[in-house]
Amino acid sequence: MRFVPLAAPSATRAALVTLGSVVVALLLCALVFVLAGQSPAEVYSTMLRGTLGEAGGLAEVGRRTIPLLLIGAGLALAFRAQFFNIGAEGQLLLGAVLAAGTALFVPLPGPLLLPAMFAGGFLGGGLWALLAAGLRRLNVNEILSTLMLNYVAVALVTYLIAGPWKGKDVRGYIYTDTFVPAGWLPTLGGTQVHWPTLGLGVALALGLQWLLSRSTFGYALRVVGENPGAARYAGLSSARVATLVALLTGGLAGLAGAGEVAGIHHRLLEAGQVSLGYGFTAVIVAWLARGHPALCLVTAPLMGVILAGGDLLKIDLNLPYRVVDIFSGVILLCLIAGEVFVRHRVVWGRA
Amino acid sequence: MDNALLDTLPRALAVGTPLLLACLGAILNERAGVVNLGLEGVMAVGALAAFAVAASAPDANLWLAVGAALLAGAALAGLHALATVTLRANQFVSGLALALIGTGAAGLLGKRFEGLPLFNKVPDWTVGGFALSPFTLAALGLAALLAFWLAATRTGLTLRSVGENPAAADVLGVNVGLVRVLAVLGGGALAGLAGAFLALSYRSSWADNMTAGLGWIAVALVIFVGWRPLRAVAGALFFGLLYALQFRLQGVSAVPSEVWSAMPFVLVLVVLAVAGVRGQAGDAPAALGRPYVRGER
Repeated sequence: MRFVPLAAPSATRAALVTLGSVVVALLLCALVFVLAGQSPAEVYSTMLRGTLGEAGGLAEVGRRTIPLLLIGAGLALAFRAQFFNIGAEGQLLLGAVLAAGTALFVPLPGPLLLPAMFAGGFLGGGLWALLAAGLRRLNVNEILSTLMLNYVAVALVTYLIAGPWKGKDVRGYIYTDTFVPAGWLPTLGGTQVHWPTLGLGVALALGLQWLLSRSTFGYALRVVGENPGAARYAGLSSARVATLVALLTGGLAGLAGAGEVAGIHHRLLEAGQVSLGYGFTAVIVAWLARGHPALCLVTAPLMGVILAGGDLLKIDLNLPYRVVDIFSGVILLCLIAGEVFVRHRVVWGRA
Repeated sequence: MDNALLDTLPRALAVGTPLLLACLGAILNERAGVVNLGLEGVMAVGALAAFAVAASAPDANLWLAVGAALLAGAALAGLHALATVTLRANQFVSGLALALIGTGAAGLLGKRFEGLPLFNKVPDWTVGGFALSPFTLAALGLAALLAFWLAATRTGLTLRSVGENPAAADVLGVNVGLVRVLAVLGGGALAGLAGAFLALSYRSSWADNMTAGLGWIAVALVIFVGWRPLRAVAGALFFGLLYALQFRLQGVSAVPSEVWSAMPFVLVLVVLAVAGVRGQAGDAPAALGRPYVRGER
């Protein structure tokens, strides 16, 4: 079997290969369910019925789409610049921490509180990612550094809610006091869909798409990502691009964290409850979108179905929530393994 | 103080053992040019396979359990080999996917073993007054073996040439793809063995997330020790000591426990930065992380 490079891979081919990869992934996941003694048909129908089949399920998908869209759009940009930020999980948490800190301890007039929380969220996530960008200048692979920073962020959240920020009326569980109502985002009637964050996500996904395809910075970013040698020759600093990309992509993850605490929880609580693995799932959102932030408007809800479906599997079929990791991992693996078929034609036999 | 150190040392060796085994596995595949960031997942699957075999038959031969871990580790790493060597996928992202699949599958398939005790735990050996796990001794032996094999044998040289200059190796008639696939499988088997130690020797019950980030630390350790198996022994012991001290100091000092739990990861960052500044990252095999395609470079 040989791969013959195609001169110009078409968009149709890319779409077909992506679809094929996802189908293969779902078949492989079915195999894992058989090994676990579950009927794949039951697993998939439970997921679909409970997410797309009813209004309440759709709202659950929507709720999870919000952070996935924000993080995914940022990551799409980062991956185009070959900055492999895997630490969105930690950046989201730092965003949640700064947003919660603002809500709890900064005395601001009501209307200013939410904007300040989101600004804090952006800053928290952005600075956390900047740490990784700084370390990259010391030749530390950002995949490793952003991952390690995830663990540190989790410890930081635990420390805060169990220690100095521990709420007054807390028994048993650990979390902070509840925010004042001015720090709560409105939601769509009876659901947990905090629509202002959703609007922000849509606007930012489109804005980043514009930035990537139309602005000078976007051009520099694409050159640095696609041809580092040419970028150096053209005098484009890949370190500066990486720094800006880190700030943006981390900042967006931080906004997602601010949205989660302001829109759903109204307080800071354990890391595992603030994020349901959004940081990792967003990697797939960005990869499915093939580096186009705007396409995350389609791929984020798709992965939202998987996260919401994972919750249903936990409740209805008593499966551990970790099944979501299997879905994420297998889909990601199939996507990148399928990549070769986008750019190449397969020829059987020897050269 | 003497006593404290003597108490800490066995624990340091115990935590250092899976780190060393996984690190040796990573050295094996990275010297052939393939990074596997998925060690955390491979370890988890190895631990589950070992525990499943040992727990399902109380009188089962423990060699069987170890063998299951080796096979499970190699099988999961096989997916990585298929994706990155055959299909030339991005090694870093594939490793990440592997980590997710491995920890996820171990969590799902291991659910039925949760809380089950293991009756046939691997007994420790007493060496010079110390109780040591046979896995620890095996890991030390494997480090020496790998060091010798890489440095002094023909096949070891072949493996290194594939990691340094696959095009040249190809010209000399080496099957680059095959060497890389075998190295990835071997690396996976060693990470699986690290998991077997956790399930059969370190703990004697199954719990989700048994690997607790050790796999990630092993990935970073490879860079710290400059891709050298014997240095890996010192590096693993160093991190093992830090872990052990973390447990000892947790109750004693005024520092909050979260600081101690974040410590290994902060330390990995510091260590990586130091290695980076010292230019140690330049010790990496020249073709590390890059797929080999004949006629391209």
